[in-house]
Amino acid sequence: MQKISSRFVRTSIVVVTLWLSIFVLAPQAMLLIATFLERGQQDFLTTTFTLGNYVRLFDPVFLLIFWESFRLAGITTLVCLLFGYPFAYILATSRRTLRPWLLLLVIIPFWTNSLIRTYAMVIILKSGGVLSNVLLWLGLIDQPISLMYTDFAIFIGFSYTLLPFMILPLFAAIEKLDMRLLDASKDLGATAFQTFRHVTLPLTMPGIVAGCMLVFLPALGMFYVPEILGGSRFMLLGNYITNQFLMARDWPLGAAASTILTATLIMMILVYLRSVRASARSGEGALEGELLSTEGA
Amino acid sequence: MMKRLSSIYLWLVYAFLYVPIGIVMVYSFNSARFATNWRGFTWGWYAKLFANRQLMDAALNTLTVATLAATLAAALGTLAALVLHRYRFRGRKVLHGSIFVLTVSPDIVMGIAMLMFFIALRIDLGFLTLLIAHITLCLPFVAVTVLARLAEFDENIVEAAKDLGATESRAFRHIILPLIMPAVAAGWLLSFTLSMDDVLISFFVSGPSFEILPLKIYSMVRLGVKPDINALSAVMFTLTVVLVLTAHALTKARRK
Amino acid sequence: MAPMATTDPIFELRGVCKYFDDTCALSNIDLAIRNGEFLTLLGPSGCGKTTILRILSGFETPSTGEVRLNDTVINDVPPEKRKVNTVFQNYALFPHMTVRDNVGFGLAMAGTEKGEMARRVREALTMVHMEHLADRRPGQLSGGQQQRVGIARAVVNNPLVLLLDEPFSALDFKLRKAMQLEIKQLQRSLGITFVFVTHDQEEAFAMSDRVVVMNEGQIVQVGTPKEIYEEPASLYVARFVGDINILDATVRNATGDGMYRAEVEGVTMALHSKRRFSDGTEVKVLLRPEDLRVHRVAEGMLDEPHLLGRIAQTVYKGATVDLYVQLDDAHGGKTVMASEFFNEDDEEIIYDAGERVAVTWVDGWEVVLHAEDQ
Repeated sequence: MQKISSRFVRTSIVVVTLWLSIFVLAPQAMLLIATFLERGQQDFLTTTFTLGNYVRLFDPVFLLIFWESFRLAGITTLVCLLFGYPFAYILATSRRTLRPWLLLLVIIPFWTNSLIRTYAMVIILKSGGVLSNVLLWLGLIDQPISLMYTDFAIFIGFSYTLLPFMILPLFAAIEKLDMRLLDASKDLGATAFQTFRHVTLPLTMPGIVAGCMLVFLPALGMFYVPEILGGSRFMLLGNYITNQFLMARDWPLGAAASTILTATLIMMILVYLRSVRASARSGEGALEGELLSTEGA
Repeated sequence: MMKRLSSIYLWLVYAFLYVPIGIVMVYSFNSARFATNWRGFTWGWYAKLFANRQLMDAALNTLTVATLAATLAAALGTLAALVLHRYRFRGRKVLHGSIFVLTVSPDIVMGIAMLMFFIALRIDLGFLTLLIAHITLCLPFVAVTVLARLAEFDENIVEAAKDLGATESRAFRHIILPLIMPAVAAGWLLSFTLSMDDVLISFFVSGPSFEILPLKIYSMVRLGVKPDINALSAVMFTLTVVLVLTAHALTKARRK
Repeated sequence: MAPMATTDPIFELRGVCKYFDDTCALSNIDLAIRNGEFLTLLGPSGCGKTTILRILSGFETPSTGEVRLNDTVINDVPPEKRKVNTVFQNYALFPHMTVRDNVGFGLAMAGTEKGEMARRVREALTMVHMEHLADRRPGQLSGGQQQRVGIARAVVNNPLVLLLDEPFSALDFKLRKAMQLEIKQLQRSLGITFVFVTHDQEEAFAMSDRVVVMNEGQIVQVGTPKEIYEEPASLYVARFVGDINILDATVRNATGDGMYRAEVEGVTMALHSKRRFSDGTEVKVLLRPEDLRVHRVAEGMLDEPHLLGRIAQTVYKGATVDLYVQLDDAHGGKTVMASEFFNEDDEEIIYDAGERVAVTWVDGWEVVLHAEDQ
C-alpha cells in the first residue's frame, strides 16, 4: 500500500509540474525569446537575434501611447486607492456579525464579468443615457449630452470595474491590523493623523501595494474597456499589444510591448516584497532608526 | 457622528458598484427598443434571447468549457496543493514559481503567450486550446484555496490516522480528502465563474469554430446598446451571484 | 529621589458609572489614587478593572461621574493629551519599528529634540536592560524582552501615572516572579504612581501598596495587602484572596472588649471581633488554613474549646502539609483545611487517613462576619 501511495504521490507531482511547465513557463519563455527575434513573413518569427524590437518601442507614437496608458492607469489607481481605503477601513472595522455580508457585496462585483460591467457604464454614459437624463432632470444641462468616447469615460469604466480589486486586498490588510497598536499610539501622545501616518499606513502598506498592482496592471491590459468606452480614438497599451498580434501580425513588437507590462509588474512585486518585509513582525535586521531620523526637531 | 458618516460613505460606494448593473437589469424588462425611458414591462427580450440559436450555442459552449475547466482545474489544483503542502521534492520550486507567475502575470500577457505557443505548435485555436488555457488560468485559484484549508487543520490528525494503522493513501482518502472537500468545491465554483467570465485570455486562444458567450457579448457590445444584451447581462449577473453565494456558504461552513 | 507615597490623590474617580449599551460595567465608583503609590485593581475577568484602567487612560469616557487628574476634570481629554501612559496586555509593540523607534515613539510625537530623545531612549533601555537589543524588531524578541520594551516605551515619557494592564499574563511562572520584583523596584526608583490590573491575588499582594478588590463592577474593599488578607470585608473578598475555611456560628452574647460568646458549629467558644453583633445573630467565622491547629485526640483531651473530626486526606506541599479534616456530624460535617509547617525531625504532623483529631485556631485570628454579608 505504501508503495502504491508513493506512486500516487509521484504521479501527482509529475502531472502537475508538467502541466505548469508546458502551459505556463514554456509560453512565457517563448514570449520573452520572441522579443529578441526578427519578424518573419511566413511564420511570424525568424531565428535572427535583434534588439530592434525594443528600439522600435522608442517610436514617438508608441511613447505617446505608453504615456497615455500609464497616465490613465495611474489616475485610476490613485482614485481607487483614495476611495477604496476609507471604504475598506470602515468595512474592516464594522460589526463582526455584519462584516461577512458587507464583504460579500464587494466580492460579487469582483467576480462579475467585466465586459458586462463595462457595458453597464455605456448605458449610464451614452447620449440620452441615465447620467444625461439625471442631469437634465436636475436642470444642470438643457440638452442630452454624451460622456462616451472621452478619456473620462475610460477612467470611469476602469474605476468601476477595478474598484473591488483595490478594496479586497486593502480589506485583508486592515482587518489583520492589531487595533491595540492604534490605542498604544494614542496612549503615547500621537494625534489621529500621526497614528495613521506612523502606524496604520506602514502596517497596511502590503495591502496598498497589492491593491495598486491589481488595479494598475489590468488598467494597462484590459483593451476592451478603452475600445468600448473610448472608441477608436483611444489607443492604449492593451489595444496596441492586441493589434500587433491580431492586425499588424508583428509578434516581436507586440511581445516587446507586453514585456513592458511584465517589467512594470516585476517592479511592483519588488516594492510589495519590500513593504511586506518592512511591516513584517519578524523583519530581518533593522532599517536603522527610521523614526528617529525623520521625526524630532 | 463619525459612525453616521461612515455608513453613508459605505452605502454610496455600494451604490456606485450596484446601481449601473441594477439599471441594466431593470432595462432588460423595458419594452422600449432604443430609448432609455420606461415604456412598460416585457419578458420579450428574454424570449428573443433564448430564441437566438447562435447565442444559445455560444452559451452551451461556455458552460461546457466552464464545467470541464473547473473540474480538471479542481483536480489538478488539489493535487498541486497537496504535494506542495505535504512533500519536499525536486521541482517544488518550479511548481511554486509557476503558480506564482500564474497568479500575478497580467491576463493579456498570459493570453498572447498562449496564443504564440499554440500557433508555434500548430494547434488549431478552438475548443481544446480554450480548455487548456482555462484550466491553466483556474488552477492556481483552486491550489490557493485548498492550501489555505490544509494550513488550517492540525497536522497531528494525519499522524494520528497513521498511528492507528492507516496507510498514506487511506489517510488521504478518509482523513485529508473529506477535510479539504469544501475548499475543493469552493475552488471549483470560483473556477467555473472565472472561466465563464474570462474575456482577455479567451479573446486570444479561441477560434471561429468554437464561439463562447463573453466573446459574443464583446462583439455585440461593440456594435452598440441593444435590449437583448441587457437581458443577457442580467442572466449572467444572476448566475454569478448564485455561484458566489454558494462558494461563500461552502467556505463559511469550513470555518466551523 | 523618590518621593514617598502621600495621601494626596493624584488621580480620582468620583461617582463613575459606565454602561455599554444597556449593561452596567461600572457602578458608582469612588476611588482616590495617591501620588507615588503602587495600586492594584484585583478581580476576576469581567469585574470592571480593565474598564477603570481604560477610563484612566482615556480610551473610555465614563457615562456619569468625574475623572480628575491633579484636581482637574479630564473626562473629555483624549488619551493622546493625557500625561498618563499604559503598558498594554500582550505589549502592543509596533512590529514595523525597531526597539529604539518603539521607545522613541512618544517622544517623537511630542516633538522632542533629537539629541535629547536619543539620550532618553538610551536611558530607558538601560533601565530595563535592553540597550543591547535596541536595533531588533519586536518579532525577534522573547516575551519577557518585549515586556521590558513595553515598559520602557511607557516610562520614557515621564508620565504622571503609569497604567499596567495584566502585563505578565503571557509570561511563564518563573519569569513572572522575576518581573514582579523588577517592576516593584522600578516603581520605587521612579517614584511614579503605578496602577496595576491583575486577576492574580498573589501578584497583587507581592507588589502593591494598596489593593482594590472588585466584583461585578463595584469596589468591594480597598486596603493594604495585609488588611485585605487578614480582615476581608466580605466572604467574597475572603474567598477571592486565598483559601479560607468558613464555619457557621450564632452569637449568644457580647462579653465586652470586642469579645463575644458564640456557638461555633455547636461548640461554645469565645470570638474576637471589632464588628457589633446583637445577641442571636447568625455569623460566619472565617479562618485561613494556616490559622488552624490540628491535635491528636489520643494525646488526651484539650482544655480549650475545639471541634472534633477525622483526617480525610493529607497533601504534602514541601514546606507545609495540608490536612483536610472532615468534622463530625455534630459539628456540622464540613471539611476544613489546615496548613501545618513541615518539620522533618518531627513526626507529629504525619497523620493517617481516618485518624481522630481536634481542630482549634490561634486565638484572635478569626474574622467574624454577618451571615448575610456575601
